[in-house]
Amino acid sequence: MGYPEDLRYTAEHEWARNEAGVVTIGITRYATEQLGDVVFVELPEVGKKLEAMKPFGVVEAVKTVSDLFAPLAGQVVEVNGALTDNPALVNQEPFGDGWMIRVRPDNPADLQKLMNHSDYERMIEEQHG
Amino acid sequence: MPSTATPRRTPFFECHRAAGGRLIDFAGFEMPVRYTGDVREHRCVRNAAGLFDISHMGEFEVSGERAGEFLDVMVTNDVGALEVGQALYSPLCRPTAGIVDDLLVYRLVDRYMVVVNASNIAKDFAWLKEHVPAGVSLVDRSDETALLAIQGPKAADVVRGHVPDRAFDLGYYRFMIGPMFGAEGVISRTGYTGEDGFELYFHPRHAAEVWEGLMQAGQPHGLEPVGLGARDTLRLEMGYMLYGNDITDDTTPLEAGLGWTVKLGKSCDFLGKSVLERQKAEGLTRRLVGFQLDGRRVPRHDMPIEFGGREVGKVTSGTFSPSLEKPIGMGYVESAAAKTGTELEIRAGETRLPARVVTRPFYTRGSHR
Repeated sequence: MGYPEDLRYTAEHEWARNEAGVVTIGITRYATEQLGDVVFVELPEVGKKLEAMKPFGVVEAVKTVSDLFAPLAGQVVEVNGALTDNPALVNQEPFGDGWMIRVRPDNPADLQKLMNHSDYERMIEEQHG
Repeated sequence: MPSTATPRRTPFFECHRAAGGRLIDFAGFEMPVRYTGDVREHRCVRNAAGLFDISHMGEFEVSGERAGEFLDVMVTNDVGALEVGQALYSPLCRPTAGIVDDLLVYRLVDRYMVVVNASNIAKDFAWLKEHVPAGVSLVDRSDETALLAIQGPKAADVVRGHVPDRAFDLGYYRFMIGPMFGAEGVISRTGYTGEDGFELYFHPRHAAEVWEGLMQAGQPHGLEPVGLGARDTLRLEMGYMLYGNDITDDTTPLEAGLGWTVKLGKSCDFLGKSVLERQKAEGLTRRLVGFQLDGRRVPRHDMPIEFGGREVGKVTSGTFSPSLEKPIGMGYVESAAAKTGTELEIRAGETRLPARVVTRPFYTRGSHR
């Protein structure tokens, strides 16, 4: 399965999309398949400063729980309120309506340090043996 | 314990692959954790019927004139009270009363079948072998036994016409031997979900035809295959034990709330009896409790449980309950914190989640009678 080419990826299975200086962050389809049904997403408040690769939230699935890691440093400018009532969006559309937060990065060039789609796909294949 | 050995496969491995099951290593077996989604599969069992491959479980045959007496010395429940055609749930204890495993004992005409957890097959067999007296035969039949469970309010509709009619008259924990979808074996009214249902034991050479037969017969009734993920949420809603989590070598049946399976008055001594008698006389210092949370954060295995600002135990099992749509869990706490209604806190990292001790089962609308 191919991953969107316009996104950047972390080893913790977050994705990041740059749109006019604001970076949207979510988790990948691979992550949602590992987690199973998501029942709750705990997200930071707007204005919160995030540190790169530090936890910014928690995703609770029926069977398991996982921290969410910030792909890059920045300030939260928006959170996806739709996930409060419908956390299943994360499973249904991980790269679309299941997005989690939008961040104004401290340094937009940080995005280039993340994996591109082919690196990420290769990493998953290697992890899966 | 994580194993580096190649995981074993049940006779239904190809069926799981064909059904889109996501396979994981569980107790050394490659097992389906889910096919579509945990919540969907869970609701399918609560509302219609689910098909579970539980062939990873172990089956021992115990025979000989004194087989029943031997088992009565080994387990805490009363094997001697079993009628032919009846099954029994029991802990198997060490002399310390620590639990080696929890298992089912089936009484057949000329022998017993003991059904044990997959993760404990080798340990249980060695433990029984160590105690088996001359004249009693103990044989591991796990590799010659396929086991499927059909669970849910529509389970009877799924198998109707494919098993003898008498199977529908059997009460809970009763079984018969008879034909099923081209195979022959044990048709048992048991399960791990709180729903009405059947567990079918038969020879693995019939695996494909029984699976296909069930899927076909079940299609009009909404039968779907169900993985280990939903199996765990279903059992936890009922407050049933998961060995390795809720009961272990370091917990006793009384602490686990399994007093109903401890027959101190049965006619023979059994392993663990003196410790259990003492625990009963002196009272318990800790008990397994069920708790419910109001938020959406879920208690997880090993999270500390606090009461009055002090740690009083650890979570043994936790999940989001699809039926109650609330987080639920179980764990051992000091007896002072075990009363229904007690307000506890579960520590999830830096966060403390308020929890309240509730009675089990958590889910009370199951279809089993």
